[in-house]
Amino acid sequence: METTDTNQTFAAYDSKIEGNVIITKVDAAMNWMRKNSMWPMPMGLACCAIEMMAAACSRFDLSRFGMEVMRFSPRQADVMIVSGTVTYKMALAVKRVWDQMPEPKWCIAMGACASSGGMYRSYAVLQGIDRLIPVDVYISGCPPRPEALIEGLLKLQRKIEGTDAVMEQKKELLEDLA
Amino acid sequence: MSAEDLDVLKKEFAAEVIGTKEFRGEHTITVSLAALYDVLAYCKNSLGYNFLLDISSLDHFGDDPRFEMVYELATVDDKKHLRVKAPVGEEESVKSAVDLWLAADWHEREAYDMMGINFTGHPNMKRILMWEGYPFFPLRKDFPLAGRPSDMPDVAFTGVAPLEGGPFVTSCGTDDVVRREPRARDQK
Ligand code: SF4
Repeated sequence: METTDTNQTFAAYDSKIEGNVIITKVDAAMNWMRKNSMWPMPMGLACCAIEMMAAACSRFDLSRFGMEVMRFSPRQADVMIVSGTVTYKMALAVKRVWDQMPEPKWCIAMGACASSGGMYRSYAVLQGIDRLIPVDVYISGCPPRPEALIEGLLKLQRKIEGTDAVMEQKKELLEDLA
Repeated sequence: MSAEDLDVLKKEFAAEVIGTKEFRGEHTITVSLAALYDVLAYCKNSLGYNFLLDISSLDHFGDDPRFEMVYELATVDDKKHLRVKAPVGEEESVKSAVDLWLAADWHEREAYDMMGINFTGHPNMKRILMWEGYPFFPLRKDFPLAGRPSDMPDVAFTGVAPLEGGPFVTSCGTDDVVRREPRARDQK
């Protein structure tokens, strides 16, 4: 069939809808999608949780970064925000919720208590949630301001960008396959 | 008001009263453990203390008897307050006050959980803050601030907190800001 410039036909490409084609790597595409819709698991255990709630509300508005969908079911969550004092009584429950989260998953220790036990150098408090689960970002402060939490989540986005979408973010899956 | 109640109690339980004290308008009566329940019942039924504010316990480590129970009584209209104390030896147990004031339930469980004082006649004598099976009583004076390791698989575990030279305490009552700064006791 003869075609002219004004009357061109394409088999699988509709120029009206798909005007731009972007070529990228699978890794980069997956990371881009993951980092822009991180659904937090709000593990609010003490005063820091108030700041986490503030961060999600209109004044600070986490949804600007795609993270406002707080999921109270660990199976739907991507990033666990441990905000507050982790007592030994609560520690294994936190671990259990973490274990129920599907990969890829990340953890943020928000505030002095979650990072290190904070001011509670005592018999009752776990001295940092990193003793039980791997932490990606620590946020200092007692409590950290909502801006600090947002900064932490942005840091986590940077981290996700730089990691391998499968080899580094699906470790448990790879272990199961091996 | 409470001062008159002290006189009544002294007359009623003459031999069992160990001492009374007034400090800044607060009245305290110390009675023997054997008479404690009767004194509390008398306070409630005859003197009108129908409100139990709090129960706490003290550890006078090294003394005998070692522990002391403290009951804070009041009336619902807040007209008068009375503090009732009783010494408790390490092997002794206290008669529960739950049938006088229901509020005693959780307070007594806390005293048991933190201090290891036993109560008889309590409807639900088990730990309230720590978990069943935790082996220590953490508010006793001979329990270290940093805690002790323990482990109950699938329930909970505890560890020793790093104190890094602490506990850091402030010296209250000094005007000097530098001296008031919290610091470990030995590095004066
Ligand atoms: S870090 Fe401070 S604000 Fe946050 S939970 Fe601990 S004590 Fe509360």
